[in-house]
Amino acid sequence: MSMSDSAIMLRRNFKHTVRNPVTLFNALLMPIVMMLMFVYVFGDAFSVGGTYVDYATPGMIMMAISYGLSATATAVNSDMTKGIINRFKVMDVSRGAVLTGHVVSTVVRTVVVLAAVIGVAFLMGFSPNATFPQWLAVIGVLLLTVFAVSWLTIALGLAAKTAESAGFATVPLIMLPFFSSAIVPAEKMGPGIREFAEYQPFTPIIESVRGFLNGTPSNGHTIAAIAWSVGIAAVGYLWARAKFSKRA
Amino acid sequence: MGFYPGVLIAADAQARLDRMVAVGPVGWAVSGGVSGRGQVGVRPADDSGRMTNSAITASGLRKAYHDKVVLDGIDVNVRTGTVFALLGPNGAGKTTMVNVLTTLLKADGGTARVAGHDIVTETKKVRASIGVTGQFASVDELLSGRENLQLMVDLHHFKGGEGKGVVENLLRRFDLVESADKLASTYSGGMRRKLDLAMTLVGRPRIIFLDEPTTGLDPRSRRTMWNIVRELVADGMTIFLTTQYLEEADQLADQIAVLDQGKIVAQGTSEQLKRQIPGGHVQLRFAEAAQLDAAARVLTGSTADAESLILRVPSDGGAKSLRAVLDRLDEYAIDVEEFTVHMPDLDDVFLALTGHSSTEAESKTEVVTK
Repeated sequence: MSMSDSAIMLRRNFKHTVRNPVTLFNALLMPIVMMLMFVYVFGDAFSVGGTYVDYATPGMIMMAISYGLSATATAVNSDMTKGIINRFKVMDVSRGAVLTGHVVSTVVRTVVVLAAVIGVAFLMGFSPNATFPQWLAVIGVLLLTVFAVSWLTIALGLAAKTAESAGFATVPLIMLPFFSSAIVPAEKMGPGIREFAEYQPFTPIIESVRGFLNGTPSNGHTIAAIAWSVGIAAVGYLWARAKFSKRA
Repeated sequence: MGFYPGVLIAADAQARLDRMVAVGPVGWAVSGGVSGRGQVGVRPADDSGRMTNSAITASGLRKAYHDKVVLDGIDVNVRTGTVFALLGPNGAGKTTMVNVLTTLLKADGGTARVAGHDIVTETKKVRASIGVTGQFASVDELLSGRENLQLMVDLHHFKGGEGKGVVENLLRRFDLVESADKLASTYSGGMRRKLDLAMTLVGRPRIIFLDEPTTGLDPRSRRTMWNIVRELVADGMTIFLTTQYLEEADQLADQIAVLDQGKIVAQGTSEQLKRQIPGGHVQLRFAEAAQLDAAARVLTGSTADAESLILRVPSDGGAKSLRAVLDRLDEYAIDVEEFTVHMPDLDDVFLALTGHSSTEAESKTEVVTK
C-alpha cells in the first residue's frame, strides 16, 4: 500500500515537530505560563462575575491556538526557501499535498497543546457546566478555528521572504487575543479598543466556546464564530494557493 | 584558488587512484556501482524508441527579470549519455538555465525539449525523466539520511519492499551507511551533496541536472563528486552540469559552453576551448636588469619587460618544464627574486572570449617568493 502524498508530507511534518522539541515546548509552555499568570497573579483584580479560571480558560485556549502558529509559518517558509520545494516540484508532488500536510500537522499539534492547556485548567479549578453535546460543540468550533487560522498562517509563511519574517508575520494573530474578550470582557475596555474587541473575529469564537463551557450557549456568537472561521479559511486558502503557484 | 594543468594532471591521477582504492575491500562504489547497477535502482528507465540522439535541445531560450536580461537566446544540444558543462561566473544565468530546463521556471521565449519532451507542453513527462540537484543541497535537515531517501522512495510510490533495497543500496553506494541515521543537519557539505544526489537518483532519472555540484566543497569531496558523476555517465545517464570551475568542466565534460551575461560565448570540447585561450607561462622577477637580460638570453621564447624586471617564459606548468627552467637559471647562476606559475583559468577564458574578466576572478597565480 502506498501512502498518499499528503500522508507522506504529514508524516514528514510530524517528524519535524517531534525533532524540534523547542517548538513544541514553546507552544505548550507559553500558554500555560500565561494561564498561571493571569489566573494567579491578575485574576483577583479582574471582576468578571464568577471564578476567573472559568472565565479565562476559553481565552487561554485561543491564545494557545495563535501562539503555535509562528512555528507553522516558519516551517512553510523554510520549505520554500531551502530548496526542498524544487525537489518536490520536479517530482510532481502536488501543492495540495505539501500544503495539506502543513495544515493537518498544525491542527494535530494544536489539539495536543489544547488538551494540555485544558488539563492544566482543570488542575487550577476549572469547572465547566457543559453537557456532552456542548463539549462536542466546543471541539467543533475550535477545530474549525484552528483549520481557518492554519490556512491563513500558511499564506503568511508563503508570502514572507525569510523564515524569520514568516514567524514575525504571525505576531498580529498572537496579539489579537489580548484585544478580545479573552482576558477581560470587551465592555470593560476603553473606547476604541472596546469596539475593536467586540468586532474582531476572536471575540465571537471565544464567547461561543465560553457559552458552551458555561452551559449557556450563545447562538449569535457561535454563528459569528463559524462565519469568521469559514471566511478566514477561504481567504487563507486562496491566498496560499496564489502564493504557492507564484513561488514554487 | 587557481587550477593549473600541472595540478590538474595530478588530480586526475589521484582520481584514478581513488577509483582503484574504492573498488577494493571497502566495496564502495565507483566501479562497484557500475557493475552492481543491475540489482537495484539507479539505472535510467528505458524509454523504448523515443530516445533520440539528443537528450536536451534548446533554441533561442530567453528569460528576463524586469528589465534585466538573464538568458539572451540560448541554444544548446546535449547528446544522450554525455556530460555537458555550462561554465560561467556567478550571475551568468546558469541557475536560471537549469530552472528553465527543469520546468521550475517559464522562459519568456524560445523552445526546449528534454528527453524528447517539450518543457512547456509536456511538463509532467519532462519531470518524470529528470533529476535535479540544486546549487544548495535540498535535503531535509530534520530527517536522517535514511529518512530523506525513504521520503523520496515514498513519494515515488515504489511497490512493496523494493524501496527498502533502493535506500540501502544508495546509502552504500554513496558511502553514507555510517551516518545514515544521523540528522542531515549534522552532515558535512560533501555528505550533504552526496545525499542530495542520492535522493535525486531514487527516481531513476535518465537526465540529471547538477547545478554547481562542487561549489564550496573541499578538494577531496570535489573529487569524490567527480567520480560519482563519471560513474553516472558510465551508467548511461546524461549530465547537464553548471560550474564556475574550468577545471571541473575540463575533468568531466564532453562539451563545454561558456555562458556570459546570458549569452553563450563559446562552445566546444575542452581541447577546442583551450586552443582559444592564452597558454600558461612562468613569470620571473629579477632584482636587477643585468639578471633579466641574462635570463632572457638563456631561456628561449621568453619575453622580457625591462621596466618591471619581469620575464615571461611559456610553460605547461608541469614539474618537468618548471625544473628545466630552474635548472637552466641555476646553470648560469642567475638569481631570481620571485617565481610565479600562471595557468589559464576561467578568468583567462573569459578575458580571451569576451574581452572582460569574469566577476568571480579567481587568483591566477601561485607566488613562490624567495
